[in-house]
Amino acid sequence: MNDSMPNQSADKSMAHVYKVDGPFWGALKRDLLLSYRRKSDLVNPLIFFLMVATLFPLGVSPDPTFLADVAPGVVWVAALLATLLSMDSLFRSDFEDGTLEQILLSPQPLYLVVLAKVLAHWMLTGLPLTLLAPVLGVMLFLPGDGMWGLVLSLLLGTPTLSLIGAIGAALTVGLRKGGVLISLLVLPLYIPVLIFGSAAVQGAVTGLPLDGYLAILGAMLSLGLVMAPLAIGAALRISVSG
Amino acid sequence: MSTPRLKIDNLFCERDERVLFEGLSFEVNAGEVIQIEGQNGSGKTTLLRILSGLSRHFEGDIYWQGEHLDSCAESYRESLLYFGHQPGVKAVLTPRENLQWYASLHPEMDLSKLDNALIKVGLKGYEDVPCHTLSAGQNRRVSLARLYLSSAPLWILDEPFTAIDKRGVAEKEALITAHAEQGGTVILTTHHELAMGDKIRRLNLDQLAGTL
Amino acid sequence: MADKKWMPRWFYQLASPRWCYEITGKLLPFFAVAAVLLLVTGTVWALVFAPADYQQGNSFRIIYIHVPSSILAQSCYMLMAVAGAIGLIWKMKVADMVAKCCAPIGASIAVLSLATGAIWGKPTWGAWWVWDARLTSMLILFFLYLGIIALNSAIESERTAAQSTAVLALVGLVNIPIIKYSVDWWNTLHQPATFTLTERPAMPVEMWVPLLVMAIGFYCFFAVVMMLRLRNEIIQRERRSSWVRDLITG
Repeated sequence: MNDSMPNQSADKSMAHVYKVDGPFWGALKRDLLLSYRRKSDLVNPLIFFLMVATLFPLGVSPDPTFLADVAPGVVWVAALLATLLSMDSLFRSDFEDGTLEQILLSPQPLYLVVLAKVLAHWMLTGLPLTLLAPVLGVMLFLPGDGMWGLVLSLLLGTPTLSLIGAIGAALTVGLRKGGVLISLLVLPLYIPVLIFGSAAVQGAVTGLPLDGYLAILGAMLSLGLVMAPLAIGAALRISVSG
Repeated sequence: MSTPRLKIDNLFCERDERVLFEGLSFEVNAGEVIQIEGQNGSGKTTLLRILSGLSRHFEGDIYWQGEHLDSCAESYRESLLYFGHQPGVKAVLTPRENLQWYASLHPEMDLSKLDNALIKVGLKGYEDVPCHTLSAGQNRRVSLARLYLSSAPLWILDEPFTAIDKRGVAEKEALITAHAEQGGTVILTTHHELAMGDKIRRLNLDQLAGTL
Repeated sequence: MADKKWMPRWFYQLASPRWCYEITGKLLPFFAVAAVLLLVTGTVWALVFAPADYQQGNSFRIIYIHVPSSILAQSCYMLMAVAGAIGLIWKMKVADMVAKCCAPIGASIAVLSLATGAIWGKPTWGAWWVWDARLTSMLILFFLYLGIIALNSAIESERTAAQSTAVLALVGLVNIPIIKYSVDWWNTLHQPATFTLTERPAMPVEMWVPLLVMAIGFYCFFAVVMMLRLRNEIIQRERRSSWVRDLITG
């Protein structure tokens, strides 16, 4: 039983060489390929991100001093909401076409497949959000000193948001009204990441060293990496069993 | 006689406050083909989902090769190929890509036979077309192609012949018979009239489980 | 279940809804009487006999409800998570039912805590709501409860609902210390050290004894409400079994 050796096709006219991926890479490649082929999914959270941030000057005040004050929190809240919005689709498609069942029946560790799926999801939502964030910062008059803090805090924070959000997605994957329900379940759990994430940006603006904040965000991410896939796997099995 | 491959002991399952089956017990040996029969809604799909390990909504015990399922879940999944109600195929991927992905989940699959398998299920020429351009029957056949690639001894197939034409059905019947002859085990449900004669053992849920 | 061999008898008995129903029937009167006695004693003591706070005067007395309800709201969540875990691991129906009953009770007590916190806040800080660490943490705990209730009502199958909410409760349990730490830290960042209960010098006996009485009274009250709900739940779920039918008709 090979699991990562190239298999040469016996038929000479077929030139395909089949290399079998492990569960992690197989899942990662698959999810990235799926998104690449359904391009519309990629852009929606980003548009939402931009729009939410635009609501604040429109709904409250476009005054530069005010916006500069609230920019760290606003960008973080917008990123949080955009991530939340995109979580519903993480498992839904697999659930509906039966591939989720096949994943659960695999002898390979579910932990790895889940981790790969969340990583793919983050690469397609959290990471672009992080890269787009400076644009929002500029629109909201975030001082230049804060930009690094913004990007770094989002870089460490958005994967955690994806991991926690995935727990909510796994718990609600079989349900019809999954969307808002995920938000109810997951928002309280997002609060610690939000607190330290926006504080990091604030700290950067006022010139404080970022190490402490990033360390805490890193610790949360580590905890999430270890524990979240366990919860996600358990939740998936429960949801599919029902 | 050696230990039965699969032993079901005193299975009880209820759904929506209706008891689907209780006191269900039977054994399945290597080389057997079992057809689960019963009226619609009698719990055939539920039973197959329970046997595959997808559904935990039951009471009772299931033993695989003499060991309780709770303690050998991983090796059970290694030995199992499940074909469910939904095809289990991603619409945006091609048949080839779908099967390659299956192989990442089930490393015992022999991908060198992939092209032949797709030919055998009648998808020659469609290997690299996205599955959403194929019909529902063709999608199911992509999933059935696994049967030619997998070396799992236990096959659990839920309505494998749906949307397959007569010739396809005959081929699959031959495949199932061959698998059983080589020592594999097949548990399936189907509405088709199978032409496998007495090679098949029929279990009627309504009679066995005594709840009707 | 393979586990049955080593489980002690009382644990295995707990798994029987019928046994639970019978034993709660016997315990209920004791707890009800205890609750009434303790709460009445505690309230009278708190309102009449305990000294007024030297800073806040009589409005301070609301803590005799606020503090016990805060403690209870948190204990209830812990009970819910533990019961859920037991139901998840050992597939005990009674554990699932206990967890299900905890959620609305805990949510209501959290509301009580928030309301009394607000009532306390008004004369003290001049506002109906302040974003101080304890109130904010309690608000987030309330949201956690709401999430569990929402998930429970969204899933039709009882057993799936019990298992899913158990996972959610456990995830919440792990997060509660993190949330508390984060909110505490956030609070110190945004507000100068204000007066909070924990920073007081040690409470004199005349104050913490009635507080203890109220706290125990609250726990007894919780036990009463819990048992009533549990009995209801047992009857409803087991309604097709013979012992319940005998109960109703007999």
